[in-house]
Amino acid sequence: MTSELDIFVGNTTLIDEDVYRLWLDGYSVSDAVALRVRSGILEQTGATAAVLQSDTMDHYRTFHMLERLLHAPPKLLHQLIFQIPPSRQALLIERYYAFDEAFVREVLGKKLSKGTKKDLDDISTKTGITLKSCRRQFDNFKRVFKVVEEMRGSLVDNIQQHFLLSDRLARDYAAIVFFANNRFETGKKKLQYLSFGDFAFCAELMIQNWTLGAVGEAPTDPDSQVDDMDMDLDKEFLQDLKELKVLVADKDLLDLHKSLVCTALRGKLGVFSEMEANFKNLSRGLVNVAAKLTHTKDVRDLFVDLVEKFIEPCRSDHWPLNDVRLFLNQYSASVHSLDGFRHQALWDRYMGTLRGCLLRLYHD
Amino acid sequence: MPGKLKVKIVAGRHLPVMDRASDLTDAFVEVKFGNTTFKTDVCLKSLNPQWNSEWFKFEVDDEDLQDEPLQITVLDHDTYSANDAIGKVYIDIDPLLYSEAATVISGWFPIYDTIHGIRGEINVVVKVDLFNDLNRFRQSSCGVKFFCTTSIPKCYRAVIIHGFVEELVVNEDPEYQWIDRIRTPRASNEARQRLISLMSGELQRKIGLKVLEMRGNAVVGYLQCFDLEGESGLVVRAIGTACTLDKLSSPAAFLPACNSPSKEMKEIPFNEDPNPNTHSSGPSTPLKNQTYSFSPSKSYSRQSSSSDTDLSLTPKTGMGSGSAGKEGGPFKALLRQQTQSALEQREFPFFTLTAFPPGFLVHVGGVVSARSVKLLDRIHNPDEPETRDAWWAEIRQEIKSHAKALGCHAVVGYSESTSICEEVCILSASGTAAVLNPRFLQDGTVEGCLEQRLEENLPAGCGFCHIPYDELNMPFPAHLTHCYNCRKQKVPDVLFTTIDLPVDATVIGKGCLIQARLCRLKKKAQAEANATAISNLLPFMEYEVHTQLMNKLKLKGMNALFGLRIQISVGENMLMGLASATGVYLAALPTPGGIQIAGKTPNDGSYEQHISHMQKKINDTIAKNKELYEINPPEMSEEIIGSPIPEPRQRSRLLRSQSESSDEVAELDLSHGKKDAFVLEIDDTDAMEDVHSLLTDVPPPSGFYSCNTEIMPGINNWTSEIQMFTSVRVIRLSSLNLTNQALNKNFNDLCENLLKSLYFKLRSMIPCCLCHVNFTVSLPEDELIQVTVTAVAITFDKNQALQTAKTHAEKSLQRASTDNEELLQFPLELCSDSLPSHPFPPAKEHLESASSNSGIPAAQRAVTVEKASPVGEGNFRNRSSPPCANSTVGVVKMTPLSFIPGAKITKYLGIINMFFIRETTSLREEGGVSGFLHAFIAEVFAMVRAHVAALGGNAVVSYIMKQCVFMENPNKNQAQCLINVSGDAVVFVRESELEVVSTQQPTANCQPACAGGEVTT
Repeated sequence: MTSELDIFVGNTTLIDEDVYRLWLDGYSVSDAVALRVRSGILEQTGATAAVLQSDTMDHYRTFHMLERLLHAPPKLLHQLIFQIPPSRQALLIERYYAFDEAFVREVLGKKLSKGTKKDLDDISTKTGITLKSCRRQFDNFKRVFKVVEEMRGSLVDNIQQHFLLSDRLARDYAAIVFFANNRFETGKKKLQYLSFGDFAFCAELMIQNWTLGAVGEAPTDPDSQVDDMDMDLDKEFLQDLKELKVLVADKDLLDLHKSLVCTALRGKLGVFSEMEANFKNLSRGLVNVAAKLTHTKDVRDLFVDLVEKFIEPCRSDHWPLNDVRLFLNQYSASVHSLDGFRHQALWDRYMGTLRGCLLRLYHD
Repeated sequence: MPGKLKVKIVAGRHLPVMDRASDLTDAFVEVKFGNTTFKTDVCLKSLNPQWNSEWFKFEVDDEDLQDEPLQITVLDHDTYSANDAIGKVYIDIDPLLYSEAATVISGWFPIYDTIHGIRGEINVVVKVDLFNDLNRFRQSSCGVKFFCTTSIPKCYRAVIIHGFVEELVVNEDPEYQWIDRIRTPRASNEARQRLISLMSGELQRKIGLKVLEMRGNAVVGYLQCFDLEGESGLVVRAIGTACTLDKLSSPAAFLPACNSPSKEMKEIPFNEDPNPNTHSSGPSTPLKNQTYSFSPSKSYSRQSSSSDTDLSLTPKTGMGSGSAGKEGGPFKALLRQQTQSALEQREFPFFTLTAFPPGFLVHVGGVVSARSVKLLDRIHNPDEPETRDAWWAEIRQEIKSHAKALGCHAVVGYSESTSICEEVCILSASGTAAVLNPRFLQDGTVEGCLEQRLEENLPAGCGFCHIPYDELNMPFPAHLTHCYNCRKQKVPDVLFTTIDLPVDATVIGKGCLIQARLCRLKKKAQAEANATAISNLLPFMEYEVHTQLMNKLKLKGMNALFGLRIQISVGENMLMGLASATGVYLAALPTPGGIQIAGKTPNDGSYEQHISHMQKKINDTIAKNKELYEINPPEMSEEIIGSPIPEPRQRSRLLRSQSESSDEVAELDLSHGKKDAFVLEIDDTDAMEDVHSLLTDVPPPSGFYSCNTEIMPGINNWTSEIQMFTSVRVIRLSSLNLTNQALNKNFNDLCENLLKSLYFKLRSMIPCCLCHVNFTVSLPEDELIQVTVTAVAITFDKNQALQTAKTHAEKSLQRASTDNEELLQFPLELCSDSLPSHPFPPAKEHLESASSNSGIPAAQRAVTVEKASPVGEGNFRNRSSPPCANSTVGVVKMTPLSFIPGAKITKYLGIINMFFIRETTSLREEGGVSGFLHAFIAEVFAMVRAHVAALGGNAVVSYIMKQCVFMENPNKNQAQCLINVSGDAVVFVRESELEVVSTQQPTANCQPACAGGEVTT
């Protein structure tokens, strides 16, 4: 006796969260059944393995049919074939677009192209995430990217509107799209200690302050924002950053800056002497990073540079986080007292974001 | 020109990409009705076109309005080649033809293609202007309402229940026409869908005409079926019960039969003196009671007519009614005669209803069924479907005579079905023989008065169990005892019926689904030889199914079956029997005896030991089941029973023997009143198997109950969470050495595993009950068995379920008052917007004239008058507010039940009757057979929901999947499936939303008299 056909269709589509998770994780039906058996569900319910097999198949079939709709979540809301309560719809979408930390760290900042897709095998082996799941996550990134790429207005809003994601997840996707668009290098060995959250935090700050969209964000002029894009860094701003070079090129200015910072922090820093000794190196590092951002190649290396030029020197001197904060605050603020320096606004736009990023990136 | 149909095409969305180059579609729409076609403009390059067309107007006869579906075709415009069809929508405009139903159809419909399935949606608005031209009503029957529901629909009152209506139309099946060889599968499928749509429209119109002839205004329990006879044609047939319904605009007398799920009434007080009337002292019902009438009647194909069982039973009819006169009081006799004459005027006193207004059902005799095997031949003249008509007439005649043999003049819970394999067709009909209260059956005459009195005498909760036939002239041997409830009348030891459990029945504990499953191998044969072989097998199957049911019932410690449905399906090389029913313990019937096993070879020690071991297992199972289903009837000593007939614990005996089934009667007779246990004699391995299989049925996991009736006795606190589902399984039998036992085991496992899967899938709903579990079995090919289950899972509140039983008096008081509230509030606020325009519906006049003629007591008359008072109605109408159908956006509930727990149905929008074909030539790509059928069933649900939503409804009740014919050819990567579904589209309002309203409204009217002693006591 073999089962030729075995289906269950409910007027309200049944969604089993556990099975959905297994499906999203890319397990085959037989693996999923094995995992469910191991979870002790048979003992709890008194069901047989055959029942479990049939149930799993059914759910997998349903998910397979739903997948097409999940690619364009608004369709899921308007379609008539599956009657699913709104809360369940939200769950389906949210989980479908959720991603693994390990996976996203592998592809963050990479071009979402066929080439990268070919590398998914390796990523799968490396991370232990099934290839199927890797593909889904990669395709999600790519799909979101494609849809919002040419759109105007706020990146997060666009993503939310077209993919109906929660605020948190939409922000994450904005970071992923932003990183993919600007191709920031995140895979270097010295960046391995950073989490996706660290990068997403930086991305958000950069989107808010360094993009074209950021310029028009003044509340008095809400319309202009519509014409701007959140994905690309403000080219003009990057060009202008060259002007900051004077802070390290002009020896007087650099000395004055250093003395201002040292005076203010004397007695307040545990690592004062190290700071004093390193000030010029650090300042040169930070300003040079800014000055180099006109080249796409250097934009991509932004995080590598920040780590090399600032994070690592501080860390090797064992600066406590709080000292880093005090230093960066003072370092940024002191510039306002440099009479010969005319680019205060530019400095603030640059340092404001960079300070936030550095503080976030400064950990073990 | 009595009607103008207006259609507007608004927009489309999610259309498929038809032009690969641009990834877009140039869509336009053709709107066709009859022979007229309109087209919209082409909406270039859009997957979400906005047409906003003008109103397309069709001026048509109302006959066409009833027959024809509106056909909407969405196409992709192509300048150079033929336009490509995207898909179609068929809209049945029938609901727009009755005044009280929907007024407009408007909404998003899935665009359906028989090859690709659903491809996007289209927004359509449809209206009908009907010119009421009474002269034209001869050909059309606009205005007759149709209900699939097999009880009087909520928010209606039955004034008269006229009786049986049937009709069938035949045609050639387009699939088998010569032209099918040259047209595409799509064209062929569409021709079939269209034809069936036309035929069901025509059928409905013809039935409507019959109803108008009977002066009714509605058909309740409408059941339409298709017989795909292959080469010999296509038959669409329907049966139903004609009624005159009255919209409940004022407080009604009739309790909605199923709305208040049956109460647990363990007390058996009531009726210390049921006979205040001097005329009817003593046993007031002359004719009594019943058991299962097992009538394995069959007509052999063509040659012979009816079986000997039939003949032997028929003559008893006269005696039954004759003795009635002698024994009963004069009133009774008179009543009986009148009832009988009322019913005998009808060719077939059949009712497709399974639940009834209180007082309608007087006694139940037992199940009557008839089957006949026919050879199909080509239908030569579709306009004269005489052969098919004659076949059914023959079967119905047989049913009628069986009912008479049981001393009953009517058959309720009546249904018909067929099973076709190649050129052989089994026609089956079954129902429950019953004695009915004539008051509902005809226009008012003298009986009103008699009836009133009779009704007062009827003990509540057990009356229907009392035997309707003559005790001294029983049509078959049965063991009678005095009713355990009223102790006046005689009752049988077991009762089998096809109806739902009456609301007022006194039940102890909970019920459960009981199934008998059976397979029998049959030699492959041709034509007549095949038909004869099948005819010969049928009685054996019926007998075994019956035995299995009886054994399982005993094993559960129960004594009655409701909703019994026995399906016999025929395949190339086997017959399958599947019986489903809901077992209960009726307080009125005696406690069932146990099952005792007897071995044939008494001197073998180990054998004895084995037997005793089995006996112990059986006893344990019975004890366990009693606990599980909470069956603990009050102990009664013999004195209380005070019965002259055998001891109260009387048991019946049924021999499991190797002898032929036809002498069942004789065997039963042997045991009459003597033996003290239900004996299973184990005389061969077969019997051993059977006993084993009895014990292998696993009870549902804790927290689950199941039944195939509308409601589960003993559970009365449903929550609003419902989940309707369809599950289909097909298994392939290994063709090697198939034996009956192996087959039985396979089939049994299939059903049991299916149930287990359901319990597992629905575990999140615990505590929950699967209601209206409907199994259908078919044999699509050699070695394939297909089982389809549709049911609804309803959660209930466990805490309340433990409620202690209240006294009957309290219960009925409580019920009376809640009924007052429910029935009052509800129509006031929500139904009345669609009141019929005449303040005095004609039906009420009948009632009134009836009562005045018959000298009904003054008080009751007063009530009757008040009820019909136009003032009251006027008041109510003013208070009406529009139903808030859209409170739950877009959600459409579906349920096979006639009600929605926790909600009130405020309006019936019309019948949904849809037929779909889906075919694929890329089976593997669509996920194999499972993927294909899964998607198709989901699509069917979606289309049903969309139609209901477009009618303005938010639920389908009495939903049924009548057919699911699945054919596959994996080698060719092809599959085809036909599905036919039906139900009633309704608007419901949550009770919680009603509560606000109900507190403001004092009881505006006292409970009218018609409910009789039932409510007023």
